Amino acid sequence: MDNLVKGWEVIIGLEVHAQIATKSKLFSSSPTEYGADPNSQVSFYDAAMPGMLPVLNENAVDQAIKSGFGINGTINKISRFDRKNYFYPDLPSGYQISQLYHPIVTDGHIDIELQDGSVKTIHVERIHIEQDAGKSIHDLSPEFSYVDLNRAGVPLMEIVSKPDMRSPFEAMQYVRKLRMILRYVGSCDCNMERGNLRVDANISIRKPGELLGNRAEIKNINSIRFLGQALDYEIERQIMLKENGEEVCQETRLFDSSLGETRSMRSKEDAADYRYFPDPDLKPVVLSDERIARLRAEMPELPDEKHARFVAEYGISDADANVLIEDKETAAYFERAVAASKFKPASAKLIANWMISELFAVLNKEGKTIETVGFPIEYMAELVDLILDKTISGKIAKTVFAEMAQSGSAPAKIVKDLGLVQIQDEGAIRKVIDEVIAANPAQVAQYKAGKVQLFGFFVGQSMKAMQGKGNPEMINKILRETLG
Amino acid sequence: MKADLTISEVRKGLKTREFSAVELMQYFLSRIEQYSALNAYVTLDTEKALAAAKEADERIAAGEDLPLLGVPLAIKDLFCTKGMKTTACSKILSEFVPEYESTVTQNLLDDGAVFIGKTNMDEFAMGSSNITSCFGACFLPYRKKSAPDVPLVPGGSSGGSATAVASDLCIAATGSDTGGSVRQPAAFSGLVGIKPTYGLCSRWGMVAFASSLDQAGPLTKCVEDAAIMLRSMAGYDPKDSTSANVEIPDYASFLGQSIKGMKIGIAKEYTDGLNNENMAMFERAKSWLVDAGCELVDISLKTTPYALPAYYIIAPAEASSNLARYDGVRYSKRAEHYDNIDELYTNSRSEGFGEEVKRRILTGTYVLSAGYYDAYYTKALKIQKMIKDDFRDNAFSKVDLILTMTSPNTAFGVEESTQMSPTDMYLNDIFTVNSNIAGLPAISVPAGLSNDGLPMGVQLIGNHFRECDIFKVAHVLEVAANFFDKRQKIIKI
Repeated sequence: MDNLVKGWEVIIGLEVHAQIATKSKLFSSSPTEYGADPNSQVSFYDAAMPGMLPVLNENAVDQAIKSGFGINGTINKISRFDRKNYFYPDLPSGYQISQLYHPIVTDGHIDIELQDGSVKTIHVERIHIEQDAGKSIHDLSPEFSYVDLNRAGVPLMEIVSKPDMRSPFEAMQYVRKLRMILRYVGSCDCNMERGNLRVDANISIRKPGELLGNRAEIKNINSIRFLGQALDYEIERQIMLKENGEEVCQETRLFDSSLGETRSMRSKEDAADYRYFPDPDLKPVVLSDERIARLRAEMPELPDEKHARFVAEYGISDADANVLIEDKETAAYFERAVAASKFKPASAKLIANWMISELFAVLNKEGKTIETVGFPIEYMAELVDLILDKTISGKIAKTVFAEMAQSGSAPAKIVKDLGLVQIQDEGAIRKVIDEVIAANPAQVAQYKAGKVQLFGFFVGQSMKAMQGKGNPEMINKILRETLG
Repeated sequence: MKADLTISEVRKGLKTREFSAVELMQYFLSRIEQYSALNAYVTLDTEKALAAAKEADERIAAGEDLPLLGVPLAIKDLFCTKGMKTTACSKILSEFVPEYESTVTQNLLDDGAVFIGKTNMDEFAMGSSNITSCFGACFLPYRKKSAPDVPLVPGGSSGGSATAVASDLCIAATGSDTGGSVRQPAAFSGLVGIKPTYGLCSRWGMVAFASSLDQAGPLTKCVEDAAIMLRSMAGYDPKDSTSANVEIPDYASFLGQSIKGMKIGIAKEYTDGLNNENMAMFERAKSWLVDAGCELVDISLKTTPYALPAYYIIAPAEASSNLARYDGVRYSKRAEHYDNIDELYTNSRSEGFGEEVKRRILTGTYVLSAGYYDAYYTKALKIQKMIKDDFRDNAFSKVDLILTMTSPNTAFGVEESTQMSPTDMYLNDIFTVNSNIAGLPAISVPAGLSNDGLPMGVQLIGNHFRECDIFKVAHVLEVAANFFDKRQKIIKI
């Protein structure tokens, strides 16, 4: 058994709450825009005024179905909404509408990559659609609490995994992969800082072969890093308890990111009885074959498919493909750059390299995204083409790239304006090399006496004499010939 | 002003300038004041009512013609009315003024109706006597011959609407029927009351009691008025996901059509155990239909006895959830004293809800709780399915309509009702809940007077969306019963 921690097996299952990317709420036409003034996006329905009724946002259903395709799940042709009853000031109706008994998607799975490069399948039990609650604000007044209902009724997908993960790393990989899939599908923007993707982690430990032990549920984790930290802490805590002969309580815990600790929120005994029952205000969601087929046809290429295609079609490495498919936009950028290149598909590998090293560095430095970068995609192709047709060396290309990123000018123009065309004339190079050898007799003598490391010195001196524009392969070749 | 005008009489009188809408409104407002002891209305805005009537007069003068233009109606306090207090006769909503108009009342307004005010009802429509209202009991305008001094209930939960119509305090009224709340008060008060097919009237803007059973329906003096009212109230509403997208025919056009050859089911489960007086009444109603050329068919609906227990699980379960929004946090009345959020909830709800409402919330919470859900709620839903199938397979595959009594009894005393056990009170719904459970349309038509001089009603249950059949046959019963004339013999207060 791999992955044991001090002889204990760790069992992790995750419930991910993903806000469905829709313009209006799940059961009302109120907008879902982020950051609006408190209670400015609240309808009579959202405030649970008497006699107000829910009308299902069909777009939210479509997005959930597409997410279901994204995780290779079964789309259920009949699903149903249930009420989860509990009192809380930011839950105006006293119940949350969710799908307990008949969720829209069941039995999915996604593959994650482990540290050693192997692939593990994580099963997804279900995706169901539900409403978000509002927000209680306790720190505005010493006397009162305030309620903001802007979030109340915003559509969420709850994506529930099986307890298939065996380490915090696997859990983090799962969330990364899930996030990537949802972004590809377009059903969730997965902005964790805004709370658009939140994770509840169920974790227990056992000796291999034992039955499952009591689990702790860590609620509302809003970053992948915190997920790892919370699980690490929790594993240590549970091992400590068990090794001291104590039991782990079945309870709900909160992760305090400032302390890096989880702490108890409520125990199982305090757990509410939610009295789920089918919502009589809503009819079952019945999906036609046509609708399912239409949504399937609308599905984009998913990360795993894209990865396989990139490796096969462009001959790039697994690792590079991983980086390029991280998001749809980067992958699209790559493909468009390759398409614009004169040397496609041979140029693909070089384009991938240039994107991953130089382009990403610039984006990071300037805080830009691949969509706001300051030069057209064609320039990326042009730059690589200039290297491939030997107009410039890779080294000069870095100068050209920096200039291009700064000014937005075309690479060919930069090369011309700055006179950066590579020197490829053998005679000219030989002349410079002869001069370098003549000017450094001592080093020549040492080299000939066996200090071969000095070869680099001659390359450097020659390149310097040509302001870096010499063709490095030719310099190497001629130097070897000359120095013997 | 002639007493007990019908809608078509009002429309004719207004068109011929025999009287104006304002005069009509003044007539009712003065009667309401005169008979305020009946406690039919809980909220009045006379200025607004007169202004609406004046506007109707102007529209009539301008030649406008709408089915209800200038017709003064009473509205059960369960329908949200924009700018007018809507309390569902509960303390917890005593300060609630909606900023929106329910679909049903908007439909009536769109047809030109003018609203007099809001009528008394059992709190959140939970009751069969109108005694659970936070505004106090409402009274039947009639008395028993044997006990002329004993005040009687108008039935419930639409008791105020029934009293308002029966006492000539409006032309017609809206009600709502979850287990019989339109039909039972109609029967007690000598009125026509119909609960349409579930989904025919939008529930948007109606304070919810039990969402899967609630339906709006009119209380009127005659079948024709019920047909006119229902046509106006009904209609597809995209704001209510359970609303039915069906054409609403001109129900009144079916009145007077021959019912010859129609098959009327007589189910022994509804007649076994009827007392002699009820049985005699029922036999008379049967003979009227035979005289009109109907064929009576004996049927058996074996699931009938299970409807009431299923109802008293499903309805409270939904109510316990529907009423959770009255928590004292927003528009519902907040308790004065509390130290934390739990106390705010507990105190607001303890003070705001009456006994019967609390009983049903507790029942509903119990039947939905972990460990009991399957034993109660799941089973009740299974029974509901069986009842639906029973009606389909053993009634409407053979007959057009089913004839039953509306209520096992006539109106009872207010005092008596306060001493009834809840389960005895629930028996009032025994003949009416079945159609709610199955979502079927059903009407109560006044058929005659009891030996003690109180109105008795018979019920027709139809197949889904067959309201036209119901109206057609109800009209025949109405003509045969000649109840309009019999009304004169009732002891009025």
